[in-house]
Amino acid sequence: MQQTAQETNTDFEVRSLDTVCLNESQLVHPAWYNIKYLIAGVLFGIILVKAQVISWFRIQEMFRLQSFHMYGVIGSAVVTGMIAVYIIKKTGVKTIHGEKVDLHPKPFSKGQIYGGLIFGFGWALTGACPGPLFALIGSGATVILVSLFSAVAGTWVYGLLRPKLPH
Amino acid sequence: MEPWPWYVSGPLIGLMVPLLLLLGNKTFGISSSLRHICAACFPVGISFFNYNWRKEIWNLVFVAGVAAGAWIAVQFLSSGAPVQVSPKLVQELSGYGINDYSSQTPKDLFNWTTLLSLKGFVLMVVGGFCVGFGTRYAGGCTSGHSIMGLSNLQWPSLVATICFMAGGFIVANLVLPFILKL
Repeated sequence: MQQTAQETNTDFEVRSLDTVCLNESQLVHPAWYNIKYLIAGVLFGIILVKAQVISWFRIQEMFRLQSFHMYGVIGSAVVTGMIAVYIIKKTGVKTIHGEKVDLHPKPFSKGQIYGGLIFGFGWALTGACPGPLFALIGSGATVILVSLFSAVAGTWVYGLLRPKLPH
Repeated sequence: MEPWPWYVSGPLIGLMVPLLLLLGNKTFGISSSLRHICAACFPVGISFFNYNWRKEIWNLVFVAGVAAGAWIAVQFLSSGAPVQVSPKLVQELSGYGINDYSSQTPKDLFNWTTLLSLKGFVLMVVGGFCVGFGTRYAGGCTSGHSIMGLSNLQWPSLVATICFMAGGFIVANLVLPFILKL
């Protein structure tokens, strides 16, 4: 029981600090069940490469308003996601394991402004957001391993400085 | 066809949202994987990294899949045709000696030799650091905020997305020209 209470607290801590990209499931599965996320990741990686979303050139085009491609990709992805989430909420469809789908609000913090701008700076320099960093390494641009390591370092420094930063 | 047109690739990316929700109640996002790596490898008593990262291992498996998928796409699904970009960009970049469009990252800028130059250091190391620091400070990246957050109609994600774009516009147009001249 002690253990359970502690875990619940930890989860609350993660949520209060950081509201996105969390495991909402309360079910416990054997480790090999994770293979479904490997397959989902492979699909996402293929799409990122084929859409050229991982290309530094395409990102520069986007930030110079020289092409519609990236805006079309992101815009139609959002519209598709919105429709899908709306349908999931309306129909109350369950996960493949019969769980209710949990969607939590993201509270506002000033970090979305300061951090958002800092990420934007990095996005224009590397030409990659976190997904493309992994995809670029897989695509053969091994030097991007250095950028990924640097991004991990950036995340770590944020964790270190977090109590002193405005939120 | 290179690249897949936006009206094919965009909706496919959007479908990652319901796919992950229905596979096991997972919210789509990538940048958290960087945090889980910190929590797993060097938490050193920082409270931000003191959580049960093993519960989030699916996210690390997912990003490993992204790298594997990119490898498959390049090895088996690519024609090897150069990246086709706007002639205006081609003209601008040729002024900085960037003419190689054979891969999606400009080989003239991103390689192990340029890494040791100031230009390469700023682009790869400083840029990477900003990506890691900024996404965590913002609580998400293009996937977590711009796609997942906006799909769920979260206005803070819209604020974050606008700031991502604003930061990118500033650096790409006002700062990058100086860096490329280095």
